[in-house]
Amino acid sequence: MTAPAPSLLRRTMRVANGRAGAVALVVIALFALAAPLALPDPATQFDIVDGALRPPSAIHPFGTDHLSRDVLSRVANGARISLAVAVIAVALSITLGAVVGLVAGFFGGVTDTIVMRVVDGAMAIPRLFLLLLLVAAWDRLPLAALILVIGATGWLGTSRLVRAEVLRLREAEFVRSAQALGAGARRVMFRHLLPNTIGPLAVAAMLGVGDVILLEAGLSFLGLGVRPPTPSWGGMILEGKDVLQAAPWVSLFPGLAIVATVLAINLFGEALHRAAESRSS
Amino acid sequence: MSPLLEVRDLRVTFPDRATGGVHPVDGVSFELARGETLALVGESGCGKSLSALALLRLVPPPGRIASGSAVVLDGTDVLALDDKSLRKVRGRRIAMIFQDPMTSLNPVFTVGDQITEVVHAHFKVPKQEARDRALKLLNEVGIPDAASRLDAYPHQLSGGMRQRVMIAIALAGEPELLIADEPTTALDVTVQAQILELLDQLRATHGMSMLLITHDLGIVAGRADRVAVMYAGQIVEQASTAALFAKPSHPYTQGLFASVPRLTGPVGHLMPIPGTVPPPSAWPSGCRFRTRCPIVHARSAEMPPMLQVGPEHSMRCWLAEDQQ
Repeated sequence: MTAPAPSLLRRTMRVANGRAGAVALVVIALFALAAPLALPDPATQFDIVDGALRPPSAIHPFGTDHLSRDVLSRVANGARISLAVAVIAVALSITLGAVVGLVAGFFGGVTDTIVMRVVDGAMAIPRLFLLLLLVAAWDRLPLAALILVIGATGWLGTSRLVRAEVLRLREAEFVRSAQALGAGARRVMFRHLLPNTIGPLAVAAMLGVGDVILLEAGLSFLGLGVRPPTPSWGGMILEGKDVLQAAPWVSLFPGLAIVATVLAINLFGEALHRAAESRSS
Repeated sequence: MSPLLEVRDLRVTFPDRATGGVHPVDGVSFELARGETLALVGESGCGKSLSALALLRLVPPPGRIASGSAVVLDGTDVLALDDKSLRKVRGRRIAMIFQDPMTSLNPVFTVGDQITEVVHAHFKVPKQEARDRALKLLNEVGIPDAASRLDAYPHQLSGGMRQRVMIAIALAGEPELLIADEPTTALDVTVQAQILELLDQLRATHGMSMLLITHDLGIVAGRADRVAVMYAGQIVEQASTAALFAKPSHPYTQGLFASVPRLTGPVGHLMPIPGTVPPPSAWPSGCRFRTRCPIVHARSAEMPPMLQVGPEHSMRCWLAEDQQ
């Protein structure tokens, strides 16, 4: 199965913002993958007496925190966690949203009405509020459960998007043609309709990752997301909060990491969006 | 020999608030023998495409096929089949090609993928075999450099090429009946003739029957064995092509002929039929054509049945009675 994904990607890369975002994302991903291997393990490097809260230096480019852990090393490890949480959660919500949107849009009628009214209702509940409730109800939420909860609350927009695409495509002659030649409902949905929604889905996934990074950072900052000692960007900002004036680097660098990552994702996502739009029109 | 396809009293119902329900296809009956080509002719909105979709039970909701209709394919009532058996009819026994080759192909898959998909849907064959069949089909429908076109995307092909690909896809299930719904309407005039020629030739080599749906009487001659003219959801005249062209009898058919320019015979004015086909909710009682008919007949307010005008030539018009 060869969708025209390469051409969509190529078109995205033609835009300067798209290129910049892509390069930044690759650098961040490499940093998350490789840096923790090269840097000292922050979990083992406690030197509480004289190593705590050191400003940035040659040995500790981002300084050290109140437990004398290397901030650079923590930011790199936090990148793994924050990105993994975001990517897995978004994969989950995109899949859920795509399936729900496909079913509602393809079958239409009563199915569509029921499903979409449920979605409308669920959309009225603010996501952060719902997450806070769920996370607060469960003391010491495991990381996997956090991912699951974020993923399970993020599919509503995607389902609407996919449904709208399916409604548009359902009347397309190639769908009727596939049915006339013996394709069943499942094959029409997953083989003919779904691949034609790849453009908008990719955009939604990309921007969704940015959203979830911010969401997870927010939850962790409130102490409700990823739990210490597991490093996450939001959690690190929280840990640096009390020493913000004496040692601003403890919070500053994870904060910059969040800004850089979300900015890169949005630049790339926006370029992808433009590319997908110009293709469909 | 019994006909391959027998359609009896086919009626499609759409809900309508004002009237409680309309029938854009209203009691269509015809037969199709093996190897035969039947042309279904009529203006836009007369129900010809919907009739064809109904044969495959693809009437778009909220429309549905009314009870009492029968579509019998070689002894099997298509309308009574469960979903699984129906899928084995669609594509495998009856295939359909649509009007617009620009939108009939899935834009995100290669031509080869779209042909092999149908092969795999209906035959248990290994991948390579399916690909070989796809290549053979592309050659058969006259696509130059077929081997490299297998990996082409639809947007890389011209309209005529795409219609050829559509035909190859339809043939992949080795159907007994090919329904061609306005197969050339969206194409250039020069390409139209080629596609029609190709369809006719493939019908002969594959021993298929063909239901050719068109609004263009000009393409019917020489290609169809019989013609059924539709108006307002009904067949109004049915005859062998020769008989119809020799003696178009229904005022509507005569109107259709008068509105087509002719290359032979005296130069005259084209006589368009005034007005358009009214929507199903506005069909008159009695003869459906009476609002546009140049002839006023004493019995126009009564619905005429199909009446004989000659051997294998009948029409839905009271004039037939007067002529006898």
